[in-house]
Amino acid sequence: MDTAYLAQQLLNGLILGSMYALVAIGFSMIYGIINLINFAHGDILMIGAFATLGLLAHLGLPIWAVMIGVIAVGAFCGILIERIAFRPMRGAPQVTGFIASLGISIIIQNLGILLLSAQPRNFSFPPSFLQSVSVSGFSIRVVDLSIILVTPLLMAALLYIVHRTKMGVAMRATAENLDVARLMGVNINRTIAFTFALGSALAGIGGLMWGGKFGQIDPLMGFLPGLKSFVAAVIGGVGSIPGAILGGYILGMAEVLFVGLLPPIYSSYRDAFVFGSLIVILLIMPNGILGKNVEERA
Amino acid sequence: MQRRYLVIGGAAATVAALALMQSFFNDYLLSLVCFVGIFGILATSLNLTNGFTGLFSLGHPAFMAIGGYTCALLTFSPVKKPLFLPELPSWLASLHLPFFPSLILGGLVAMAAAVIIGIPVLRLKGHYLAVATMGFLIIVQVLITNMENITRGPLGLNGLDELTNVWWVYGWLAVSIYVCWKVKFSSYGRALISIRDNEMAASCLGISLFPARLQALAIGAFFAGVAGGLWGHLITALTPGSFSLALAFSIVVMVVVGGSGSITGSVITAILFTIAKEFFRPLEENYSVYGVGEIFMALVLVVILIYRPQGLMGDSEPKLLLPRKTLTK
Repeated sequence: MDTAYLAQQLLNGLILGSMYALVAIGFSMIYGIINLINFAHGDILMIGAFATLGLLAHLGLPIWAVMIGVIAVGAFCGILIERIAFRPMRGAPQVTGFIASLGISIIIQNLGILLLSAQPRNFSFPPSFLQSVSVSGFSIRVVDLSIILVTPLLMAALLYIVHRTKMGVAMRATAENLDVARLMGVNINRTIAFTFALGSALAGIGGLMWGGKFGQIDPLMGFLPGLKSFVAAVIGGVGSIPGAILGGYILGMAEVLFVGLLPPIYSSYRDAFVFGSLIVILLIMPNGILGKNVEERA
Repeated sequence: MQRRYLVIGGAAATVAALALMQSFFNDYLLSLVCFVGIFGILATSLNLTNGFTGLFSLGHPAFMAIGGYTCALLTFSPVKKPLFLPELPSWLASLHLPFFPSLILGGLVAMAAAVIIGIPVLRLKGHYLAVATMGFLIIVQVLITNMENITRGPLGLNGLDELTNVWWVYGWLAVSIYVCWKVKFSSYGRALISIRDNEMAASCLGISLFPARLQALAIGAFFAGVAGGLWGHLITALTPGSFSLALAFSIVVMVVVGGSGSITGSVITAILFTIAKEFFRPLEENYSVYGVGEIFMALVLVVILIYRPQGLMGDSEPKLLLPRKTLTK
């Protein structure tokens, strides 16, 4: 095996990992704050991808404006879902919220099929993004390079919000103990809505990148990446933002290397590998790499 | 006494109704009647795992798939087998069994799979268990898609004999309702329900949690396997895509909306939802508004979860059908 091939695979792993990480952060934040595994989160990725298509191809906005638009759309959808479905259920058993989120996911997917048709659509970034540039004798598409570079910036912004702003303090307090945070004067509803907005905005951007990378989008596209991002969140430790980032990159790398390094006949077993490792990780290391020790998981 | 007459009368009325349907309904309506029964089996059996014992499993279609493929391979005529599946191991290629033993074997293989996956996975709880069983479902789908020498991969097995009819389906529905009912109103069933309600207390009372959980999963899987066999021989084809997470979701919706722990509730919602889905199908096809049926089901689910989280029936059964002893509860 030559080094160029290996480097290419590592690069692909980094790209895939970036996208998993962006979606996994949302899973982790929402779980951290209200103990909800929100399966509708993956579908925000789909919404983000279609929003990108709309803003880029139909309105012809420049890419920075598209990004802001997608962030707004993602955040809005997150708030809407929380307000309609999860707020009335707050305090119900964990599994209730989980089933409800599956229901929301089915609703979003089918609304997508209804409104946008199930046909996959081609999706392309402006031509300048599809050119290749040469980095130290090694060629890489601009879109791939942007994914690798923009993701850490978004993560830095997120960590700044969570650790340096008043809203971030409220989020962390709520995640620690919702009732005590309320007693301390934290506006719980607003904080939870903000968490959904933040996570969903990142998932929306994940959708933009997914469309840019793979060039084709359809209303059911969000489901599998959503599930895999959840696996990433579990690997890193559900509830921990750095864990989600780490888990995303680990899963992206592992998946790409699984396909890239093993003989081709195994490559169609990729999803079995991902979900098999989910089960193994849940069993041997239920708190993930950076997760807190939570008793009810044991 | 009254209850016995009610049950016998109800059973007789059902048999009579089925006999009438058998002679007057066309093939389409008959297959719809069969689907109602199959979903009844799936919902009651998942209720045993999910509703009584509180093991939130999304793996039911995986057990269906395992049972369905096993059953199909056993009933497939040995004349056609080499044409469809040239790489089949020879002992399997020459094997040919009647429908009933094949269904039982399908159920047993699904049960074995449940034990194998249950031993590691049942250490998890709540939605972690749900996620692990969902992972198992996806793994089974991937394996079926890739084990082309046994399953024909994504093409699926087709041309199965049309062996399923209303008698097979409703016979099995009766068996699964009977088993679940007997379990629910026995000391064993109370042990399962106590595990659901308070694990710590159940364990303090001397109930061994793990064997009870494993049994609940395995019994549920057996009926799912049988239902898979019935399903395959009803639509005469099996594809890996049929046993999807969407199917798991449909069955879970039936259990939750009917009431986790209520057998009557599961049967009622299985009837209602199967008919409702069928009602939406012509709408979807004529106006090409695909997905309306799914949206309807999911909306009902979310509304029920918000306004009546215990489901239509809670975890009780109609008073008329209850054994007298439990009436004083």
